[in-house]
Amino acid sequence: MRMKTSPWVMTLYILFLLVPIYWLVNMSLKDNTEITSTFTIIPRHLTFENYRTILTDPSWYMGYVNSIIYVVENTVISIAVALPAAYAFSRYTFMGDKHLFFWLLTNRMSPPAVFALPFFQLYSSIGLFDTHIAVALAHCLFNVPLAVWILEGFMRGVPKEIDETAYIDGYGFGRFFVRIFMPLIASGIGVTAFFCFMFSWVELLLSRTLTSVNAKPIAAVMTRTVSASGMDWGVLAAAGVLTLVPGALVIWFVRNYIAKGFALGRV
Amino acid sequence: MDKIQNNRAWFLVLPVLVIVAFSAVIPLMTVVNYSVNDTFGSNDFFWAGLEWFQDAVTSDRIHEALGRQVLFSGIILAIEVPLGIFIALNMPRQGFWSSLCLVLMALPLLIPFNVVGTIWQIFGRVDIGLLGHTLAALGIDYNYVSDPLAAWITVVVMDVWHWTSLVALLCYAGLQSIPGAFYQAAKIDQASRWSVFRFIELPKMRGVLLIAVLLRFMDSFMIYTEPFVVTGGGPGNSTTFLSIDLVKQAIGQFDLGPAAAFSIMYFLVILLISWVFYTVMTNLDRDGGN
Amino acid sequence: MVQITLRNLAHSYRANPQTEADYALKQMDHVWQDGGAYALLGASGCGKTTLLNIISGLIKPSHGRVLFGDTDVTQADTAARNIAQVFQFPVVYDTMTVRDNLAFPLRNRGKDAAYVKARVDQIAAMIGMEAMLARKARGLTADAKQKISLGRGMVREDVNAILFDEPLTVIDPQMKWELRTQLKSLHRDFGHTMIYVTHDQIEALTFADKVVVMHEGRVVQMGTPEELFEAPAHTFVGYFIGSPGMNFLDATVSGRSARLAGGHEIDLGADHGAPSGRVQLGVRPEYALLADGEGLDLSIRRVEDVGRHRIVRAEIDARPFDIVIPEGVEIPAQPRLTFAPGKINVYADDWRVAPNAGAA
Repeated sequence: MRMKTSPWVMTLYILFLLVPIYWLVNMSLKDNTEITSTFTIIPRHLTFENYRTILTDPSWYMGYVNSIIYVVENTVISIAVALPAAYAFSRYTFMGDKHLFFWLLTNRMSPPAVFALPFFQLYSSIGLFDTHIAVALAHCLFNVPLAVWILEGFMRGVPKEIDETAYIDGYGFGRFFVRIFMPLIASGIGVTAFFCFMFSWVELLLSRTLTSVNAKPIAAVMTRTVSASGMDWGVLAAAGVLTLVPGALVIWFVRNYIAKGFALGRV
Repeated sequence: MDKIQNNRAWFLVLPVLVIVAFSAVIPLMTVVNYSVNDTFGSNDFFWAGLEWFQDAVTSDRIHEALGRQVLFSGIILAIEVPLGIFIALNMPRQGFWSSLCLVLMALPLLIPFNVVGTIWQIFGRVDIGLLGHTLAALGIDYNYVSDPLAAWITVVVMDVWHWTSLVALLCYAGLQSIPGAFYQAAKIDQASRWSVFRFIELPKMRGVLLIAVLLRFMDSFMIYTEPFVVTGGGPGNSTTFLSIDLVKQAIGQFDLGPAAAFSIMYFLVILLISWVFYTVMTNLDRDGGN
Repeated sequence: MVQITLRNLAHSYRANPQTEADYALKQMDHVWQDGGAYALLGASGCGKTTLLNIISGLIKPSHGRVLFGDTDVTQADTAARNIAQVFQFPVVYDTMTVRDNLAFPLRNRGKDAAYVKARVDQIAAMIGMEAMLARKARGLTADAKQKISLGRGMVREDVNAILFDEPLTVIDPQMKWELRTQLKSLHRDFGHTMIYVTHDQIEALTFADKVVVMHEGRVVQMGTPEELFEAPAHTFVGYFIGSPGMNFLDATVSGRSARLAGGHEIDLGADHGAPSGRVQLGVRPEYALLADGEGLDLSIRRVEDVGRHRIVRAEIDARPFDIVIPEGVEIPAQPRLTFAPGKINVYADDWRVAPNAGAA
């Protein structure tokens, strides 16, 4: 039994969320003449030309490919290094653990604007400028601490007796961790992956600073719709709509864990 | 849970340590280096001591940016937190509608920041945007390109649009963890709706609300891309927040020294807030979560 | 305080119940006397919580009616029924003091301050928490919180009934005993109708005047502890009540005599007619006697000493059979089994067949 909820509140709020997105979709389905000369709530001349432009031009669609590559790299790296660390934080006390945890946390809180220029110089000097891995590593700055934090919350929910039983049964640490422990926190790993994906996908400042051509993310590609002939609104809108798709897909997969994940596994 | 004392756990933390040190410590050293040196391009550095810091502390421009930043964070917290709670209280609790609401609500959170900016940039334009066009048709003078107030409203509404769901989802998670028995007991005790909120729901949401407030504070304090895309920090400097100002200085004007000094102070402020956050969080965890 | 009547009550969580298995609660007709202390006893999943929630108004039954006195309250919600309920896990308002917690139901009903104070002090004394009244409820032990829940359940004097849903699960064993005694004396003093859900037979038998035993969505017996012990209406009651539970032997019955599968004849002491279906004899371990000479052949597996008596684990025709022997009684060298006269119950398809008193 719960308290009564009002469907109106939700309806209005969802409308508030969806109307601007609808407008983007609406614009992406018009040509530029219709966008600038008339004002239509529903496209009068439905056209997929803007999408065709993006999906056939490598300089456009490679932006998506680049973004996806570094986001996936970042997610894999973040989870791979965060898993053992989160286990250590959830199970053991060790010298300096609290300070370390706090220091990690501060990195989640540090403004990307502070790091943009130093990153640029760092990755230039070691020859990683304009590579996917540079962006993936840069995004580790905020995603690794977050991953440690969320995973630690989930791991704390697993009784310690399970570890002890496994060790008594003769499992080594590695085998125990991969075969027994990871399946137990599978939902936590899923949620963490979601968040790493999310924060890496939405970030622009660092990814734009660290790339020029080969690894240029879609978000940066979008800025080139400003051309001599004025704004290419239709293509810009279509590009925007296409950036929503990966996010929407990912949300659908983790929908049952979203709420818990947003509470960082601490509910 | 009683934890085991084991210093070998450091080995488990090592990978994290290496990777974060690489992406945090080395760049930070660079920043510190810049902040105390002067440079005329290439690699010539001159010791400048604390000069840049003095400049930054006394800079009107930074003071104004800081003022705007605090005002902005204050406004969006004052709107997003109560609104988020209100939304969470009205979310369907189970079934298909609940899943659908969750997915739709999370949607804005997964839009790249610059696309968020683009969406609102388009949406608010008087010539081609639904919002701007509608307001103009109603005879309201609204132009975020030239009118500072309109620019502020646009940026604030955009942030509310972008992030209220985060607060709502966190609160929702808190509400979901309340056992049904509490509501039954309240009913039997004839508690009013307000009492249920005040004595059952709010205490249970305390932990997640704290996470929500601090995450929102932090992220709004660092906001860059979204307002930059919409207003470019203008009109004038009216929506130039700290990060926007910093990037203008560092990359736009290549004033590395002042920008670095500014960065370090910016970072210290964040550090201080993080420390408060962390302390409160660990105290909460010790209390047993909620 | 009222009499609670369940009329043709049944409940299914499914929209369109077809078979009997779709019902979480099978049809029942019962009257719960005003001022009675009832225990609802059964294994988990037997429907006892569903029944309690129907009485408290949390669940609207899919069939039948619930009456408080003469009023039909089937559709009335919890608040309108004027009942109190104590839940399995402590439900306290963490941010309030203990005093405010106890006073909360009274204040919400607009009672005047002097009365509230007096009543809260009285309840606090009863649950032994006078010293903690000014403390916040947050951070108290589960025991203490559950005592507050109990106190809040009992603070109102005018309730129609107080429902307890396994309230002592989280309480220490010795505290359990003390609280149960207090509940019992409270019941004597105020005469509230109390319904106490539990899966612990000791709790049920010591608390209640009448125990309602549930099994697979059905009330299989409603009776005093003595009735449950002497004449279980259903084999489940036999198993569930008593430690160890009742022994069952397959047999054919005709009139006063029963013939076991092994061919042994037993005098039942009363005429049971000629029941059909699966016929079993039910004998409490306490009423089985071991003696030299006449009787049923059995083999003893082991003997457990549990203090005041010993339990003999034996087998008859490869089926387990338990016997309770009082302290100080020797087990004979060549034991034979006999039964106390008149203490044998006959079951046909799990339900008890009452003896024909007249035609003996």
